[in-house]
Order: sequence, then C-alpha cells, then structure tokens
Amino acid sequence: MSVFLLATTVSFLFALFLFVLGDKTFKRITWVAALLPISLLIYFSSFTKSIMDGEIFDFSYTWVPSLGINLDFRLDGLALLFALLITGIGSIVFLYSTQYLKTHPKILRFFAFLSFFMGAMIGVVTANNILTLFIFWELTSISSFYLIGFNNKEEGSRKAAITALTITGLGGLTLLAFGVLAGSLTGTYTISEMLNSTGVFENHPYTVYLMIFLFLAAFTKSAQFPFHFWLNGAMKAPTPVSTYLHSATMVKAGIYLLLRFSPHFEGNSNYFLILLIVGGVTMLYAAINTLFKTDLKGILAYSTIGALGIIVFLIGIGTSASITAAIVFIVTHALYKASLFLITGTIDYQTGTRDITKLGGLRKTLFPLFIAGSLAALSSAGFPPTIGFVGKDLIYESTLSGGISPAFLTTIALITNVFMVFAGFVVGVRPFTGKKHDSVEIKTKMPILLWIMPMILSVLSLFLGVFPSVVQNLFTQQITPLLTGEESLHLILWHGFNLILLLSAITLTLGILLYLIWKPTYKKENALAKIEFLSPKSIFLTFSDWFFYLSYGLTRLFQNGYLRKYVMVLLIMLTIALGSHIILNLNVSNVLLDIKSLSVSELVMLILIISSVFLTLFTSSRLTAIIGMSVIGYTMCFIYIFYGAPDLAMTQFSIDTLTVILFVLVVYKLPKYLDMSNNRIRIRDGVIAASFGTFLAFTIIEIMNETPVKATTDFFAENAYLLAKGKNVVNVILVDFRGFDTMIEITVLSIAAIGVFGLLKLYLKSHEK
Amino acid sequence: MKSLIFSTVSKTLLPLLILFSLFVLLRGHNLPGGGFVGGLISSIAFVLHSFANGLVNTKKILRLHPGFLIPTGLLISILSALAPTIFIGQPLMTGMWFDSQLFGTIGSSLFFDTGVYLVVVGIALTIIFTISESA
Repeated sequence: MSVFLLATTVSFLFALFLFVLGDKTFKRITWVAALLPISLLIYFSSFTKSIMDGEIFDFSYTWVPSLGINLDFRLDGLALLFALLITGIGSIVFLYSTQYLKTHPKILRFFAFLSFFMGAMIGVVTANNILTLFIFWELTSISSFYLIGFNNKEEGSRKAAITALTITGLGGLTLLAFGVLAGSLTGTYTISEMLNSTGVFENHPYTVYLMIFLFLAAFTKSAQFPFHFWLNGAMKAPTPVSTYLHSATMVKAGIYLLLRFSPHFEGNSNYFLILLIVGGVTMLYAAINTLFKTDLKGILAYSTIGALGIIVFLIGIGTSASITAAIVFIVTHALYKASLFLITGTIDYQTGTRDITKLGGLRKTLFPLFIAGSLAALSSAGFPPTIGFVGKDLIYESTLSGGISPAFLTTIALITNVFMVFAGFVVGVRPFTGKKHDSVEIKTKMPILLWIMPMILSVLSLFLGVFPSVVQNLFTQQITPLLTGEESLHLILWHGFNLILLLSAITLTLGILLYLIWKPTYKKENALAKIEFLSPKSIFLTFSDWFFYLSYGLTRLFQNGYLRKYVMVLLIMLTIALGSHIILNLNVSNVLLDIKSLSVSELVMLILIISSVFLTLFTSSRLTAIIGMSVIGYTMCFIYIFYGAPDLAMTQFSIDTLTVILFVLVVYKLPKYLDMSNNRIRIRDGVIAASFGTFLAFTIIEIMNETPVKATTDFFAENAYLLAKGKNVVNVILVDFRGFDTMIEITVLSIAAIGVFGLLKLYLKSHEK
Repeated sequence: MKSLIFSTVSKTLLPLLILFSLFVLLRGHNLPGGGFVGGLISSIAFVLHSFANGLVNTKKILRLHPGFLIPTGLLISILSALAPTIFIGQPLMTGMWFDSQLFGTIGSSLFFDTGVYLVVVGIALTIIFTISESA
C-alpha cells in the first residue's frame, strides 16, 4: 500500500513541482494547484465506507529503524475526520485563492507553501509514531511562519511571523520532549502501542512531566490562554491563510493531539481538570475580547480562540457526551468560521477595508455574499436548523451532565456562547445591513469564486443541520468509542421542549440583544488598549525585549571582533577552570623542581627560553620581538630532539621558519614602535598570561605524575610494522591509523588558505578601485 | 633587498631543497619525515627563492598558481582513501600494498602522504604569496 505514502508526501512533491513549472507558466494555469487538495479529498473519501464499518488502516514504512523512527501511519475515525477537514477546506481555500491572489506577483510561492502546509498537516493527523508526528508538527509551524510573513515587506507581518514561530516552536520542543519521554517510559514510539502501558500516563513519577510537555505543545499550537496572542498576529497573513491555517486546520492540531492522547490519560483526572480550566479561561477571555475589536479579522481571531477554548473545555469534561460535542463542534466551527473568513476576504477584496465601523449596506451589491454570511452567522449563533444548533445543544447537554459543577460549567458555556452569537453576527451580518458608509467605494462586479466558496461552506452547515445523522455516521459513531470506549450520543436536530432548548433560546436572545446594543468603536478598542500592558502578549514581548537586550549585550561583550579580547576571554576562562582545580588539589611535593636532575643542555635551553621571553616582552622593536619568539620556537626543537622526537622537531623547525617569514611579511610595513598600550593594560595582560602559564605548568606536572594509560600507545607501537608495514610509528599513525584525522585536517587547512586568499584578494580589489 | 649572493644561493638551493623535501616525504614511512614536513620544506624553498629574486620570478618557475595544488592534493588523498573501497571492497583507508621490481613495496599510504605534501605546499605558498602581495 505505497499509495498511502504517496498521499502523505505528494503535497511536498507538488510544492517542488510548482517551482519547476515556473512563475510565468503557473500564472496562466493557477487552477492546477486546486487539483492537489481535490484529488486528496477524493482519496481520503474512499476510506469513509470501510472506516464507517469500524475498520482501522495501518501503514508502515521503514525510515530510521535503528532509532525507532518509522513512517507509521494509522487512519482511523479521528484521523479521517481531520484528513477530510484538511483536504475539504483545503480544496475550497485553494480554489478561492486562485481568484483572491490572482494578481499577486508571488502567487506561485503562496501555493507552494500552502501545499507544503497541507502535506505536513496530513502527516500530523495520520502519523502513528510520535517522532514522525513531531516532524510533521514542526513542518506545519514552519509553513505557518512563511505564510504569516507572506507579505514580507511589511514589518508587522515579519514580527507576527516570528512571534508565531517562537510560540509554536516552543510547543514543538516540548512535543519532542514528550515523545522521547513517553517513548522511553513505555518502550515504544508507536502511539497506539503506548495504550498498552497506560500506567505511565496515570500514576508514574514522570506523569506530571508528560502532562506539562503535552499541554505546552497543544496549548501553544491551539492558541490557548496565555499563549493565544500569536494567533491575533497571525491574522497579518492573507485571508485564505487565516481561513485555512489559523482557523480551520492548523490550530486544531493541538486539539487533535489532546484528543488523540485522551484515551492514554483516561484514568488521570488531573489531565481533564487542567483542560477544563484552561479551556474555560481561554473561551471567556477570548469571548470578552471580541467586543473590543473593530477589524473583522480581529473579531474572527478572538472568536476562533474562543471556539478552540470551547473544544478544549469540552475535552476537559471528559464524558462521552462532551467528546461527541467536541467532535461536532470541530466540524461546525470549521464550516462556519472558514465561511466567515472567506466572506471577510471577499469584503476586503470588494471594498478595500475590513473595518467594521466603516462597513454597512453591502446587501444589495453583494447579495450572494450576504446570503452566505447570514447562513454562517446563524450556524455560529446556533440557530435551528443549522449544524451550529446541534452543536450548541450538545455543549449544553455535556455541561449539564458534566461531573464537577453542572451549574457553573453551564453558566460559563452560556456566557461564551452569547459572545459567539455576537461575533458571528458582527462579521456575517453587520457589513450587509444598515447604511452604506460614504468613504467606502465598492466594486460591484464580484468574481464568482469569491462568493461561491463561502456559499458552499454555509450551505453545508445548513445541510448537516437538517441531516445531523450524516455527521454521526461519518464521525462521532467511530470517534467517540475510539476515545472514550462508550457509545456516541445520537445527533438529532429536535430534542423537544426541555432545559437545553431553553438554554439555547436564552443564548440566542442575549446574543442578539448584545449585537443590537453594542457597536464596536475605536473608542472602546482604545479603552481596552490602556490595560494592554497586563495582557500575556505584552508580558511576552517585554520578556523577549529583555532577552534581546541581554543577548545583544553578551554578544557585544564576547564577540567584539578583537582577536586579543577573544584570546583574553579564553585564557581567563581556562585559568579559572584549571586554577580552581589546582588550588583545591595541590600536592606541593609533586611540584618541587629537582634542580640536580637537570642536565647541562636542558639548563642551557631553559636559560635561552627565559631570556628570549624577556627580550620579546621588553624590546621596543617589532622585528626584535619576532626574533625573540622564533628563538623560543627553535629552542623547543632542541628539547624535542633531546627527548627523542625527531619528527616533532623537524615539523616544529619548518613551521617556525614559516611563521617567522609570515610575521616579517605582515609586520615589515607597520610602524617601528610597539609602545601602544599603556602600562595598566600591559600589567593586566601580564597577570593573566602569567597565571595561565603557571596553572598550565602545574597541570602538566600533575599529568606527568599520573600513570599513563598505554593501551593505544602499545597498540600503535606493536602494530605499526605488522599491519601498516612502517617503522616510523608517528608517520604511520598520521597516514594510516588516524589517516582520517589527517584527511580532515588538510581539508580544514585548505579552507583556511582559501579564506586568507579570499579576504586579502577581495580587500585588495575593492581598494584598488 | 637585492643581493647577488643571496639570489645565486637561493637559485641553487631551490632544486636541492625540493629534492630534499621529496626525500623526506619518501622516507617518512620508516624514518623521521613524511608529507607534512616535506611539504613545509618545499614551501620554504620557494619562499626563500621569492625573497631573493622577487615574487614574479618565483611564480614564473611555478607556472601554476600554488592554489591549484590544494585541490590536486586533496583529490589524491581522497582517492587513495577511497581506493580500497572501490577496488577490493575493503573499508575506507585500508592499506593496499603493491610489490614492484623497481621500487620495492609501495603502499597506498604513500599516495595519501603525497596528497598531504601537495596540500601543504599549496596552502603555505597561497597564504604567504597572498600576504606578501598585499603587504
């Protein structure tokens, strides 16, 4: 079944293929891009029949078997739900974008990134190996980064892209930590096999870390409080991207992860309690914020965060009813929110603004869009007979039956839903009603793709509301037992007159009242901005500013471009490291120099070295200093010879000769006098050098006192002639035993030579002009 | 810095030193020496010549830019390392030995060392010539 592998990778190949096509060809046939999501949609649809019958498909391809990383994929009900969402909404968004970005110069790049993202997302939801999942997860973050920063000439876009990447990247890291930890505790990286050792996820000492890592990954990706703010910034992306990544699919990856691992954590009540709290806080926080936004996309961003909060909240309730509700709400939200986003895009396209205070009266000119918008708003509000109504009923049903405090849970769900009604109406209805604003010019001709795509989604919301059993048969019937082990609730449109209906009615009434009374204005938006400094966003930005200053300062301190400073820092660090060791473990008797054991020749060398050191230090001519240094070098050669290392002596001799030549070449043209640094600096350098030298000497003496481990030495000495047919052990090591090292060394040297050549030649050329 | 004695001596020394460096290279396997030292000696010979007779004249003798020696040497070393894998299916850098009537036993490590020799000459001369041109 390598077809499945092709299905998961074809999007990446397609992105490459687009570049092969080239800009000019692609602009003439942009519709080609839509073939990808549509064919994938058809492919994944072909599984629905078997999965409805309860089958689960496993696909395994070896990748890095030695590390336990295999391309394991599993297509079950949950994966299929997301795969269909990704490819289905994907098809709509791809088609919409061919029109929306028709004149954009970088349209090819846009579709390449979008295809890339789709491939990554399909990988996330189908992967059955936690490390494979991690890789695809990171790929979605990266593609999101490029798409948010798509208008890369705007500073705001670039900043938003970096914020999003930082936050979701943090989550990616913790996901890796989660994967590695879970893998080593359970002994498998396969997600479905981890279910066999649920003890790890319930009462193991490391369970708390597993939960922290998983939550950080899911909450950052799914924009839960306090990490939600990257999603507001992400609205800088072109509207189709916001539709696709930041509302319908990518932000649901965190939700997917929480759902996928909820069976693993089934016996762990803390898991669900934390989800309940975080989801609850997020949905309330976001719901209230929708009131203060004037940009349509800003309102949608907060209502998306709110919806994600609701889903997390529902998973947190943890009953089969609430999981059913969560799944229905995922579908519902994807449909109406994608529709609302696309409508916002079209309004922007036709009028050039997304400012709610300036929009109104578009009903007549953009009539089809008005229909689509109203339907989406109704579904968002939970008006019968839309799927939103079914979803809202299920939410109340699960809060009412939820274990902890039904009254409390129902109240906060009600408050959130009221704001959701408001948000849906503001975006889907307000731009079309009322009077037209004078300053806004409307293009009356609307391209068909720009209204038919949101229309399809809105009509689908209506259709699924009338026939909720479709959602039940396709999704909840398989997914709820998969995740909770219990049967799914029956999805029906009409429950009869009961408490739930009453709650729905209250929600609608309050929501519509709020919509009629509350008008978003700049004044209100600015009023909220005054307490902006308390928001997680400002706290994060302050932190990142401080972090930036700190790293800037550290870099300035250490990477200052002066070789002498680098050497100084290195020596100080080494002195501290060596010195602390030596002062603590000094054994004086080992160190005392036995003068009598010195031979005459050694004594001569010693005096020579010391006197040339002083010559070098105190001469006033550069050339003399160089000569002094070279005398030290040549004396070293003699020491090597005395101790029987002729190879070293030869090399040292030649190197020293070349070094002197190099020094002379460089120094020849410089002024004669050395006396450039003042006495304080010289004394400072002297102290550093002297203490470093002293400690190094002590270290060497200490090493000499250790009994050397001679295993390698003996091996080389014994085998040089037997194995490598050479009598010179040193050279045999260089060219044979450790030949690979030599290979790398000469490569490094070559690079250095090219560097010197390049630097000096280029410098010369640029100055000759 | 024109000196007739220096110039004459360096012209005589150049072939002698190169010969000596080759000698050091070849004896390296059994006696002190080897490609690295050999390469250094050879480059000292050229640098000496350039001091006495001017860089232009040394470059005339070399014909090629010393930089060309670097990839040539690297290539020889890499090929000698790869040869056992390619020809006899042994791991990288396994010693291969050929018995020849004329020279005695020759190993693949000699070719490796020759590569090192060329790279060292190339590097030393490239750096020194570049610096002395820019000084």
